[in-house]
Amino acid sequence: MTLFDLSLNEIHNRLHAKDLAVTDLVAQAFETINERDDRIQAYLTLDEEAAQRQAAALDKKIASGEARGLLFGLPAGIKDNIVTEGLRTTCASQFLRNYDPIYNATVMDKLQLADSVTLGKLNMDEFAMGGSNENSSFMPVRNPWNLDHVPGGSSGGSAAAVAAGEAYFTLGSDTGGSIRQPASYCGVVGLKPTYGLVSRFGLVAFASSLDQIGPITKNVEDSAYVLQAIAGYDEKDSTSAKVDIPDYISALTGDIKGLKIAVPSEYIGEGVDAAVKESIISALKVLESLGAEWEEVSLPYTEYAVATYYLLASSEASSNLARFDGVRYGVRAENPGNLLEMYHQSRSEGFGPEVKRRIMLGTYALSSGYYDAYYLKAQKVRTLIKQDFDNVFAKYDVIVGPTAPTTAFKLGSQVNDPLTMYLNDILTIPVSLAGVPAISVPCGFVSGLPVGMQIIGKAFDEQTVLRVAHAFEQNTDFHQQRPQL
Amino acid sequence: MTINIQDVEHVARLARLDLNQEEKEMFTAQLDAILKYAEKLNELDTENVEPTTHVLHVSNVMREDKVHESLPIEKVLRNAPDDEDGQFKVPAVLE
Repeated sequence: MTLFDLSLNEIHNRLHAKDLAVTDLVAQAFETINERDDRIQAYLTLDEEAAQRQAAALDKKIASGEARGLLFGLPAGIKDNIVTEGLRTTCASQFLRNYDPIYNATVMDKLQLADSVTLGKLNMDEFAMGGSNENSSFMPVRNPWNLDHVPGGSSGGSAAAVAAGEAYFTLGSDTGGSIRQPASYCGVVGLKPTYGLVSRFGLVAFASSLDQIGPITKNVEDSAYVLQAIAGYDEKDSTSAKVDIPDYISALTGDIKGLKIAVPSEYIGEGVDAAVKESIISALKVLESLGAEWEEVSLPYTEYAVATYYLLASSEASSNLARFDGVRYGVRAENPGNLLEMYHQSRSEGFGPEVKRRIMLGTYALSSGYYDAYYLKAQKVRTLIKQDFDNVFAKYDVIVGPTAPTTAFKLGSQVNDPLTMYLNDILTIPVSLAGVPAISVPCGFVSGLPVGMQIIGKAFDEQTVLRVAHAFEQNTDFHQQRPQL
Repeated sequence: MTINIQDVEHVARLARLDLNQEEKEMFTAQLDAILKYAEKLNELDTENVEPTTHVLHVSNVMREDKVHESLPIEKVLRNAPDDEDGQFKVPAVLE
């Protein structure tokens, strides 16, 4: 039992009653990190001094009776592709191993307004490319449920830190499943908001038409609180959506009577582990017992999603990562003969194999003579995949299925086979291409490893997604299980 | 083979990457496999389908043409591998 097993309301009540100080919460976080992170390897950078300074300032607010933010005093870990002024931000890449950001991402400004405390920066696949965290150029993150298994990726550090009690909540980013899949593998709650709901300003870009920041938490209520704090229009992000932000917390009514659930046959068919499917069917029975109805539907273009995604995301990445040229920041190669050699050598030394692979794929797909065949074709298929979702959402409130086809696999078991690795994302990628919101919540265990249920909603209908997830959670205890560490 | 080693060398040049022989061979095989897999998309007739470049319907987002404060030069140069007189410094462009 640690302080992080308390609910947000319990923590806030105890802080209010001065029975607990924010400095205690931060001390608890570092105690757990010091005890466990050698094994988990979730953090790349920690700043205990700054965190304790922040905590002391918040304790003063309590003493003086000042207004408190929504996430008051909660210790948070931040994925290392979200820039934090004065706190090293590496994207888990050698290229940025010394990068000291000169501004804050908008989400960091919002967390500051909400009065959370930043503990440090979390490990990830290099530039968010990967689904296992084995592509971190520093060290792989381990799954807290079984250290021989991967935590998923790319936000593996963010998911593992919450599962191991090394942060009260974390922020991750999701391009093709990078919040939901690690949340599923680590038995925690991961929410990918609708594209455009949360500002991307200060998120180091991977694939700009897909990237989205979201919370990873130990339960759905916390997810609603963090989303409430970080959502909203930002003029610094030209793709930010001008929508009113509803009250996500009051959406957690527990009432899902009459809710219409679609279960795509493609999400429980071939390629999905039988035991994972069984967990999902049991979860659907729980939802049914609460008054929801479910039917099988078809999302016929699902099988084209992975190919579409890898062409589009890699193309966008090859363009976005052109900025890493060794001129303004990052690691420059030593003694290049001229400017062109400097670009070549700096990039070749700074990027790991998966990043190079995707830059190569994207550059090829965008190159003269191939653009129509690959990039434009993929954009057209993206339209068909999006229409799949529009068709189902005309009749149903949410779509439910597994988050990933299997539980967490063993470290090293797929590193030599990029294509197999890419197929782990087959159930999260279509959602990203459609731009709609989805949450992964714990719904079972197979051989001691967590299974996640994915609840997908209509664009900007995070309220329903959270309400369904919360109703399920209130009637199950999977989210209360903790790994033995 | 969709992809051969010359294609990989050409693309690496475009992407400003230097690859060693081992990397060239590995990427030739891997990109070939990935692109073969991607050919699956050709099963679909997309002749009359509009491409999706973006899921939200936004275009030409403009801000007001107002002067804002910019970042101070010392800050901007903080991460520069090399700088001189308030400017980024790079090796010679021409020999």
